Amino acid sequence: MSAIRALLYREFALAYRQRSELLQPLIFFVMVISLFPLAVGPAPQTLQMIGPGVIWVAAILSSLMGLERMFRDDYHDGSLEQLLISSRSLSLLSLTKVLAHWLSSIVPLIVLSPLLALFLHLSVEMYWALLATLLLGTPVISLVGAIAVGLTVGLSRGGVLLALLLVPVFIPLLIFATSAVNAAAMQLPYTGHLAIIAAMLLLALALAPFAIAYALRVSLS
Amino acid sequence: MQFDSINAFFAMGGYGLYVWLSFGLGLLSMALLWGSAWLSKKRLLQQVVIEQARQTRINQARQAANNHDGKNEQQN
Amino acid sequence: MWKWLHPYAKTERCYALCQRLLPWFSVLGLVSLVIGCVWGLAFAPSDYQQGDSYRIIFIHVPSAILSKAMYSGMAAAAFIGLVWQVKTAFMAMIAMAPIGAMVTFVSLITGAAWGKPMWGTWWEWDARLTSQLILLFLFLGVIALYKSFNDVQQAGKAAGVMALVGIINLPIIHYSVEWWNTLHQGATILKMGKPSMPPDMLQPLLFCIVSWMLVCAAIFLLALQNEILRRDIRRPWVIHLVKGKNIGTAQLGSTSRGQI
Repeated sequence: MSAIRALLYREFALAYRQRSELLQPLIFFVMVISLFPLAVGPAPQTLQMIGPGVIWVAAILSSLMGLERMFRDDYHDGSLEQLLISSRSLSLLSLTKVLAHWLSSIVPLIVLSPLLALFLHLSVEMYWALLATLLLGTPVISLVGAIAVGLTVGLSRGGVLLALLLVPVFIPLLIFATSAVNAAAMQLPYTGHLAIIAAMLLLALALAPFAIAYALRVSLS
Repeated sequence: MQFDSINAFFAMGGYGLYVWLSFGLGLLSMALLWGSAWLSKKRLLQQVVIEQARQTRINQARQAANNHDGKNEQQN
Repeated sequence: MWKWLHPYAKTERCYALCQRLLPWFSVLGLVSLVIGCVWGLAFAPSDYQQGDSYRIIFIHVPSAILSKAMYSGMAAAAFIGLVWQVKTAFMAMIAMAPIGAMVTFVSLITGAAWGKPMWGTWWEWDARLTSQLILLFLFLGVIALYKSFNDVQQAGKAAGVMALVGIINLPIIHYSVEWWNTLHQGATILKMGKPSMPPDMLQPLLFCIVSWMLVCAAIFLLALQNEILRRDIRRPWVIHLVKGKNIGTAQLGSTSRGQI
């Protein structure tokens, strides 16, 4: 447990020292969403119709941008190798890193979401659904994304390859999240959609740490 | 035969463009895959032959150099 | 129980097996493909609803089935490679990937060509079309990941992990897109009645499916042989093999002195 606490503390300390790097995906998130009212016109009905989709696509893209941070610096300065050869379970350590990454990089996106819901004229019911889907769905992005980041950490130009690998995998999440918010817009129940996203989260929580650990061992072999 | 004439066969009841486009692309893609695999194999095997010939030449050159040195030593 | 498979973990035995199977699969595949196409195009009866355009089914359905079969095969090979550390399994996986991608592409194109006269549009976000498109992206992702590594062992393992992540995701994708499509129902509801097919349409279809499988298996055997050769090109058994074949002794030029 002390190892996990130490790792978490280290991750937060590093994140705090790299505040400006953390801000970049956040600003990207806001800018991309702001592009849509400019592109399709400011009519509230249109924006409300495309709103959930736009916010979720922007969230996925910004997360993809921020995911590389997870292992890149540690790979380059050797601390990733130290994690591998430590006697702790690598799956547990990777889960800790994913948690730290989610809290530092992706929770700010969720914190900003009310503002962006306002930009896109989402109603209050829609916003609650959006918040629920973001809270349940973004950890899936972090967990599954970490697998791909672990595989590509040693490559020099992994950025676009990461997106190419992960976008097909995130499509079901996108579909269920946006249809949950759309159902909320029509005053229909959306607990079913949330249950499916929660199921994806549980599956990812159970399997991803092992896959991430294996991916890291492959990359550092 | 379901068709009365060759022309009817090619026309496919008005849908000729789509049917022949599909069949053509499907069969062409399989042919391309086969062709590229077969060419790769031929090229890889030829690569081995070329490399072996090169090794032979190197070995022969080395032997010739050794014999020459041997003769020089005998003369000296 | 699986001991008879163990020798094929060795590249030399694997290559020999492919060499023995190749003539059977390629000849049978080509002959059955020709028979199947002629049967479907000329001898199967016309559909009363769709006329002669339904004949695209004899290319479309086999390629769709094969695309999913290829991905499953690729994932199975990846699993075997990752769990039992069998190198030839990774070679098989990467040999299947381009074939699977091409077959998926064919299914998309033939689907679009069939959709145009039937639905009036080249593209529709139908559940199956969308799943096929995502399958194509998954194939391309595995190939791209494999090619970005310099070390071939690392590449195999990384691409294997990605193939397995994709296979877990594939049923999720399929059902999510199906539910999404019914949520956004608005597409035309034309019955492409597959279960309720009369036997004289069903038989050529099944025949075409089998013939496509044979053709793709033949191409896979060739591709696997190529991958084995690429990795083992300097090894003695390959040199011995080439000498036995006596390929292109004319290539040796003036320096040949009966050494080869």
